[in-house]
Formats: sequence, structure tokens, C-alpha cells
Amino acid sequence: MRFFKDFAEEFKAHKALFAMAAPAFFLVLIMQYLPMSGLVLAFKNFRYDMGVFRSPWNGLNNFKFLFSSGTGWLITKNTILYNLLNLITSQLLAVIVAIFITEIHAKYFKKVTQSVILLPYFISWVVVGVFVYNLFNYESGIVNSIMKAIGHEPINMYGIPAAWPFIICAFNAWKWTGYNSVIYIAAITGVDGEIHEAASIDGATIFQRIRYITLPSIRPTLVTMILLQVGRILRGDFEMFYQIVGMNGQLYNATDVIDTYVFRSLVTNPDIGMTAAATFYQSVLCFLIIMVVNAVVKRIDEDYALF
Amino acid sequence: MAKTQEIQAPAHKIKLSTSSKVFYVICYAIVLLVAIICLIPFLLLISGSFTSEQWIRFNGLGLIPGEFSTEAYSIIFKTPMRIVRAYGVSFLITGVGTVLGLFITTLTAYVISRKDFKYRNALSFFFYFTTLFNGGMVSTYIYYIQYLHLKDSFWALILPGMFNVFYLLIMRTFVAAVPFALIESAKLDGAGEWRIFFQIVLPLLKSGLATIGLFLALGYWNDWYNAMLYMNTETKYPLQYMLYAIQQQTQALAQIASQAGIQVQNLPSTSLKLAMAVVATGPIVILYPFVQKYFIAGITVGSVKG
Repeated sequence: MRFFKDFAEEFKAHKALFAMAAPAFFLVLIMQYLPMSGLVLAFKNFRYDMGVFRSPWNGLNNFKFLFSSGTGWLITKNTILYNLLNLITSQLLAVIVAIFITEIHAKYFKKVTQSVILLPYFISWVVVGVFVYNLFNYESGIVNSIMKAIGHEPINMYGIPAAWPFIICAFNAWKWTGYNSVIYIAAITGVDGEIHEAASIDGATIFQRIRYITLPSIRPTLVTMILLQVGRILRGDFEMFYQIVGMNGQLYNATDVIDTYVFRSLVTNPDIGMTAAATFYQSVLCFLIIMVVNAVVKRIDEDYALF
Repeated sequence: MAKTQEIQAPAHKIKLSTSSKVFYVICYAIVLLVAIICLIPFLLLISGSFTSEQWIRFNGLGLIPGEFSTEAYSIIFKTPMRIVRAYGVSFLITGVGTVLGLFITTLTAYVISRKDFKYRNALSFFFYFTTLFNGGMVSTYIYYIQYLHLKDSFWALILPGMFNVFYLLIMRTFVAAVPFALIESAKLDGAGEWRIFFQIVLPLLKSGLATIGLFLALGYWNDWYNAMLYMNTETKYPLQYMLYAIQQQTQALAQIASQAGIQVQNLPSTSLKLAMAVVATGPIVILYPFVQKYFIAGITVGSVKG
């Protein structure tokens, strides 16, 4: 009761503020919160004619099918491995690029290279898909033009599943290195330039400056970035996987992640149960992981916690 | 904001040791190499779009056109309707979405920055929670189609990208720079809340508005995912999804061929696809140098935990 009384008072005092926040509040409520109720589909035998809420329940059957068919394990394993691989490579590259760019003194060189490295962030995944196809396709791909030019047999990349984790990882890094390095550059330049100057006057070599000034300055950022990624460890970047791999059955074992599996089932398979089970499991597990990780980090060092 | 770009390099009056020199050589070389790798796909795209189909068929693509040809572009400009229409849809979606999104983001950021607003933390959490937990693709898709009836509606392209917690947090940082005393004194002078927002706060948020506006616009311009899920009618495809449909060949290319009065087998399909990608990406690459600093500012602000 007390809550309602307080709310009424606050509403009276700040009517205009309530009105200002209302559009975003209702947009998020309708577009994000209400669909959450659809997660019950994971426990239902969905029928389009009956809608989400009147379809009959079927207990844990959807989950049983998902995991007994082996698909559940495969896509979970792929999603986690890809995320780990992408996390390590793209953050490592971003840190290296950020450190190097901040050490460069030639102003023009620095500006141009930084711009060019950030450019891929602005390109849609559709265009990245065009790049990938025209690099690797058998008939006219540039890799095979080079192969032919040096007198080598052309390679059919789309028939070699083992190559795709590297290709995906490379394009993920290609797209995100610039963006992430901007974040690290901000952290590095947050350090007062005089500290660097004092260190070099005292005889610190460039390696010592990087080791004892630059690296500690990016540690909080690095931890935050890793935490954010860990919170998404079960989410595949659908746009990336779909544009790079597409509907290419030969590559599914090596490249299928939860999100691409879900999408494919959604458009090709009228039985939505298993798919709904996959998204339920993904959403809930992701939520638990980020809560647990954040709680653990908070106990170790409050400053590093996300919330 | 732009000061983050100006990196205060230490003055090197002391002579460089050999190992430092080696370090600088490696440093420049690696940065240059990464920059070149970032550019290569674009080169491939442009060069391929200017290569004759004959050459591509026998020798494949290269980083410089083996045999120069503008045939692909002349076909695009002979039958421009498809691409003009897709541009139109993208402009519409981007324009409407960006304006609406900017408006609600700024209003909300202002509300959660008001220290005298009791529910500011609760409201922030309400928005933040959606980054931790969501309904997933299946339930969202069914809900949008069955209950919101968004199938084939332009709102399906506008509403999902209109509001984003990341943008809200960036905008809040910009709003926080407006002194609260300014708002309070305006209040004492008898200004209403809306008037304070529009006449005092909003004019001080120019760089924030530019930053978030550009992030929103980029998101809309590059979106193809919502179009793939929700749009059925080809004439309503935005640019990126139209591009995707063309890459998937089949009917799209056959239609272009018949409109241009060429046999399908004579259509320069590879260079045509690449030329389409160039035409679709061109505006972004051309605008990029002018808008880059706003994005760098936004990414930098967004990376500081709020």
C-alpha cells in the first residue's frame, strides 16, 4: 500500500517526467518484456491456430528431443567454442593495435590507419557475406585465382568444414578490431601523458613503459569487455554466421550455433517445440551465467563488477 | 570529446636505443598491415565490379581488374528502379526510425538523469534488464506476427531498433554534463518541465544528439535481419536486404536480365552482384570521414561504465 501512496505522490510531483519516460517505457514493455511470456512455448506443443497460451502443455519433451537428437549438444558446444575463440582473438588484436597506435607519433599516419581499421565496423554483414563468397568460391574466388595463377589446383573451401572456424574468426576480428581498439585507446590515453614523460626521463625503456603504465591502464577495460562477452557466451552472432555460412548444409557440423539453428528451424520446420526449447535454454542459462559471474567478480573486487 | 583521439605521446628527447628503434619499426609495420587487411575486401569488391565477366569466368577475380569493363554499372543504371526503390525504403526507415529513436532516447536519458526523480534507478534497471534476459528469437517472432501483426509492415523495420540501452547510457552521460543548477533556476523562474527540456537541455546536447543519431542511423541503414524475418513484398525491401536477395541470385537476376533486354546467360552476374554491393555501400564509405569522430566519441563514452 505504501508503494502506491508514494507512487501517487511522485506522479503528482513529476507528471511531466512520467510523460517523458512513457514512450520508451511502453516501447520496451511491448517489444521486449511481453515476448518473454512466449518462453513458455518451450514447455508446450505449439499450434498456430491456438496461439501461445492455449496450446497444450507437453512437459519437458521438447528438451528431451533437442538433446537426445544430439543437436542440442552440438550447437551448444559450437556456440561456446566460437565465442571463446572470437573473444581471445578479437580482444588480443584490439589491445595490440591500440598499444601500437598510441605509440605512433606520425600524426597523419596514425589518423589514416586508425580510420581504416575502424571502417569495417560500418559495413553491413550482407556486404561481408559478399566479401567472403568472392574470396572463397570455387569458380571465381580470389583465393582460387591465386591458386590457378601459381599453377596449383583450386580449393573448394565450401567442402572443407575444418577451415570455417578460422574464416569466421578472421572476419569477426576484421569487423571488430577497430571498434574494440577505440575503447582501449580511450583507456590508454586516459593516463596523464606526464607519467609517460617522467618515466622516460627516469630511464624507462619503451617496453617498461608499456609493461608498467599502459597495460595496467587497460586492465579494468579488458575485464569489463571479457565479462560482457562471458554474459553472451551462449549467444551466437546470428548476422555474422548467417551471412558467412548461409544455408550450407555441408558446414553445419562445424559452424552451426544456437541462433542459426533456431532461425533455420523457425523458417523450415513447423514443429516449433524443439526450437523454443533451444531459445529458452539459451536465455535462462545466459542470465544465470552473467548473474553468477558478476556475483563472483563482485566478491573479488567490487570495482570490476558490471552491476 | 575529440581529445581522446589526440594521444599525448611522450616527448622523446632522449636518444632511442636500438631495441626501441626495432620496436617502432614493428609497431608501424603491424599497424600498416592491419590497415591493409581491413582495406583488401573493399579493393576486391571495387575491382571485381569493374572486371569484364569474360575475364572473371576464365581467370577469376583479382585485386586489380584483369580486363576493365563498366558493363555491370551500365546495366544497373539502365534498370535503376529496383535500387532506387530500395534506397527509398532505406531512407524512409532510417529517417523515421532515427528521429523517433533520438526523441525517446533523449527524453528518457533526461528523466533518469534527474536526481530529484524518485524512480530513476528503478527505471534504469527496467531498461538494463533487457540486456541480461530476453524472450529469444522464437517467442519474439511469433509475438510480433501473431499479436502485433507486424508481418510485412514498415513498423517491423522501425520499432525493433528504435531504442537501445547502450544508446540510453551514452546519452545519459551527455545529459549529466548539463548542470543541474541550470534546471533548478529555470524552474524557480517558472518554466515548465517540457519547456526546460526543449529550451534549456536540448540545445546543450548537440554533440550527444549527433552521436546517438548516427548510431541509430547506421543501425537502420545496415539492417537486413528484420526485413528477412518480417517482409514478404519485394517492393518493400530495404537496401541491404535487396542486396542480399540479389546475391542469392535466382529470380532477381533473371528479372534484371529481362528488364535490360539481355539473355540470362549473357548477364555479367558476378560483376553485377559486386557492383550492387558497391552501390549499396558507397554512401557509408563516402560519409565515413565526416561522421567518424562522433562514433569514436560514442564508443569511448559507452565504454565507461555507467
